[in-house]
Amino acid sequence: MTLDLTKTRADFPILHQQVNGQPLVYLDNGATSQKPRQVIDALVRYYEHDNSNVHRGLHALSMRATDAYEGARARVAKFINAADPAEVLFTRGTTESINLVARSWGHAHLKPGDVVLTTEFEHHSNLVPWQQAAKAAGATLKYVPLLGADGEGGLDMAALDRLLTPQVKLFAFTHISNTLGTINPVAELCRRARAVGAVTVIDAAQSIGHGPLDVQAIGCDFLAFSGHKMCGPTGIGVLYGRRALLDKLAPDETGGGMVVSVTYEGATWKPAPERFEAGTPNVAGAIGLGAACDYLDSVGRERIAAHDDALVRIAMEKLSALPGIRIIGPRKGAERSGLVSFAFENVHAHDIVTFADEDGVALRGGHHCNQPLMRKLGLTSTTRASFYLYNTEHEIDRLVTSLRRIQNFFAG
Amino acid sequence: MQDLTDLYQSVILDHNRRPRNRGKLPTANRVAHGDNPSCGDQCTVYLRLDGDRIGEISFEGSGCAISQASASLMTLNLKGKTVPEAEALYADVHRLVTTGKVDEDNLSDLAALAGVHQFPARIKCATLGWHAALNAAKGDPITATTETHKD
Ligand SMILES: Cc1ncc(COP(=O)(O)O)c(C=O)c1O
Repeated sequence: MTLDLTKTRADFPILHQQVNGQPLVYLDNGATSQKPRQVIDALVRYYEHDNSNVHRGLHALSMRATDAYEGARARVAKFINAADPAEVLFTRGTTESINLVARSWGHAHLKPGDVVLTTEFEHHSNLVPWQQAAKAAGATLKYVPLLGADGEGGLDMAALDRLLTPQVKLFAFTHISNTLGTINPVAELCRRARAVGAVTVIDAAQSIGHGPLDVQAIGCDFLAFSGHKMCGPTGIGVLYGRRALLDKLAPDETGGGMVVSVTYEGATWKPAPERFEAGTPNVAGAIGLGAACDYLDSVGRERIAAHDDALVRIAMEKLSALPGIRIIGPRKGAERSGLVSFAFENVHAHDIVTFADEDGVALRGGHHCNQPLMRKLGLTSTTRASFYLYNTEHEIDRLVTSLRRIQNFFAG
Repeated sequence: MQDLTDLYQSVILDHNRRPRNRGKLPTANRVAHGDNPSCGDQCTVYLRLDGDRIGEISFEGSGCAISQASASLMTLNLKGKTVPEAEALYADVHRLVTTGKVDEDNLSDLAALAGVHQFPARIKCATLGWHAALNAAKGDPITATTETHKD
């Protein structure tokens, strides 16, 4: 069950270029993925043939655009195995999705004395909104600890059981850490949260499109992701919400498209999903996201997961051999997602990224929107290489060669 | 891309490897902190002002080679200067890292920062320590943030 890399790489026009005189090695997939021709074509086709506003026109183009937009919703619902397309809300991305839950659900349900639970290794997008929601409600935000000096131990499950009291109204956690590569046992976390009646919110920004994902099997209440990290366009994302919860949830934004009737005195709301999509939505983005679902399924998500896994095992093997490297997250050989974050003692991440760029290798250096975690690990920044379906073993060798050159340069 | 050896000149590498005047200054009567939120770089500058003159200066922090070397070079160049002289020197350094134009006599070893202008993303690295130093010198012990300051 291996990927046809030649065929896959041919689908991504952007990969076939030189950067600083070297063939591009794109290893910044954790930040955003590249787009296959199939997705780019879907966007062009929409703008060249069907572009129109949705849900309000009676002419041919508007009906086509509406069908395509709602078709994309159904396609995404199938992609994550949602029970009903109405459980798929289109947003700008993970950040907006989480903010929507934090504001709408938080405002309606959080009271003084309540606890919101999250983890010590969340992206700022799944941390700051909960700080704000807890503050607004007079609730307390608590963190499930991360184990190990390098964060290699994952979530402290024993501490989780102590922290999961009946006061916990909501538990928000990432599926895959964008900094550590840790894969959380999301179904198990949802099961334990449910036992105390807590609502669950999963940040799936790093897992979506990297393997199969089934919201019903996971058993979450809400799940957020961005299209741009799964071969789709920027500016489109999803909030999945269980129907029973969405039906009781007040809208966060109001305006056109989400109302049933408006008088000078007030307004009434449509049901989900429209209730949560005020204004003209990102129609092209949704269609592009639907095309990305088609693309990823045509390649095969199990295959992609196996490919990520094979690459990261090779990368861990080769990077571990570099002198003075500190790799954070799961140890070599342990389960981890397709990314590796590391630090050198004497070379700062930004210098590494600048030098790697000179070799045509695109990496990410910095705190990865994870400042509290960096502080906890005694770091200010790391360098991250993150893989996807079009990366090759040869590219990992290019990375390692570049890192050796950097080490030599700074060793003087 | 420009040759990286323009950016990482031997003076820069030397100051990155062996930063001068690094650490807390026990006699400091002014402190200011600089933050570069987008990349997490930090720099704290300690000064002992004797009247209008910078008697002692040191820095602490973490960041890339450019930010560390620039702060280290800065301590050597600001010691003994009055506050207006320090401001004038920073104006020259700022011109240097944004345009590459260097007045050799005036800038001496700071000329090693000339390569920065070819890498616009790194200008804020080179100026972080200077913002903090000037804030400290002007009795403005607030946090200098390169993102809110015009470089
Ligand atoms: C784990 C995680 N959560 C949330 C986000 C935020 O995603 P977006 O910027 O697309 O809203 C990211 C993106 O970097 C991420 O990696």
